[in-house]
Amino acid sequence: MDINMTLIGQSIAMIVFVWFCMKFIWPPLLAALEERQQQIEEGLAAADKGKESLVKATAEADEIVVEARKQATSILDSANARANEIVADGKLDGVKERERQLSAATAEIEQEANRAREELRGQVSAIAIASAEKILNREIDGKAHDDILSKLAQEL
Amino acid sequence: MAAEGGHGPLTTGDYIAHHLQNLQACKADGGEWVMNVGHNAADICSGNPMAINVDSMFWSVLLGLIFVVLFRGVAKKTSSGKPTKFQALVEIIVEFVDGSVKDTFHGKSRLIAPLGLTIFVWVFLMNFMDLIPVDWIPSVASAAGITYMKVVPSTDVNVTFGMSIAVFFLIIFYTIKNKGVMGFVKEMTLHPIAPPTKGVGLIAAPFMIAFNFLLESVALIAKPISLSLRLFGNMFAGELIFILIATMFSGGLLLGSGGGLLHVGWAIFHVLIITLQAFIFMMLTIVYLSLASESH
Repeated sequence: MDINMTLIGQSIAMIVFVWFCMKFIWPPLLAALEERQQQIEEGLAAADKGKESLVKATAEADEIVVEARKQATSILDSANARANEIVADGKLDGVKERERQLSAATAEIEQEANRAREELRGQVSAIAIASAEKILNREIDGKAHDDILSKLAQEL
Repeated sequence: MAAEGGHGPLTTGDYIAHHLQNLQACKADGGEWVMNVGHNAADICSGNPMAINVDSMFWSVLLGLIFVVLFRGVAKKTSSGKPTKFQALVEIIVEFVDGSVKDTFHGKSRLIAPLGLTIFVWVFLMNFMDLIPVDWIPSVASAAGITYMKVVPSTDVNVTFGMSIAVFFLIIFYTIKNKGVMGFVKEMTLHPIAPPTKGVGLIAAPFMIAFNFLLESVALIAKPISLSLRLFGNMFAGELIFILIATMFSGGLLLGSGGGLLHVGWAIFHVLIITLQAFIFMMLTIVYLSLASESH
């Protein structure tokens, strides 16, 4: 309990420790703390900025979506119109084609009928001649009345 | 002597006295260094002003080194990035001390804040030794042949006084640095009662100056004494209560378990005391130094 040299020893130890702390411990620790403070401050500012730009970007995106929707609607409308047009065109073409085919068929039928008529006419005249021959063979010379017969055949 | 050191003290009084005896080293009459090792050597060095309390010095320097190594380790690796847990703890302490200094000390000084940090952590660590059960380290030391071992440096008045004397010289240094030698002299003589400077009252001036000087000297010297005795008294009383509680352990099952409960309760309360005393020592040091460097 009595005062002795420990007092001086303790004072010296304290001076050494305080000096060491002042020289090698305090400055780097405080520097790091201040740097971190700065960083946090900057980080908070950056976060605020980010939030702001996010709001801006969201608004922009909304605008783009609305625009796109408008565009899509107009594209759809024009496509519908074009489809209707194509269908109408098709109908017109069909009618024309039908008429064309109809007239072609009609012409062919007529032709065919004419041909048949010609043939029939030839056959009838041949039959007529044959029957006339048979009749005339008995009375007149075929050769002598040939001109009359061919005239007849032509008139038929 | 080593074999003798292994035996424990016999009575309660012996036990307490044994715990309050420092391990000391001093120069004997023959001129060679001796230590009070062994039972009959307790007061071989007591009363010798040149003696050194080896245990107090050893533990306080060891704890100071622990502080320096731990904090230097953090300071070296420190970065402004994500801190490790220990780094965060160190930074909390540093920030706490820095805040306390900035609140109180308005001048610019490279010394005050590190001084506060060193005092706070070092005193805390020295006080912390009080929470180690009183017989652990002395028993080990005793087994190693060292009879006396006081492990709490701040229960040694030399230790606390040594620190407060360093603070005392800093107070004087700061006063002279900031106010000049004349400022220091004026502060010591012209306060609190300003002596008259003209008229008949001039006769009374020397008496007033002497009176002022007396008052101011007491006030100045009271600072380191109160600073050291506050810490010493608190820690010594706390340690003594731990020792008294420890004497109950040998008093049978009932007394022993009662002592155990008391020990736990006192230790928990003591956690508050050791932190508070470290804080008070640091805070008063800062306050004294800021008073010394502020003009009235």
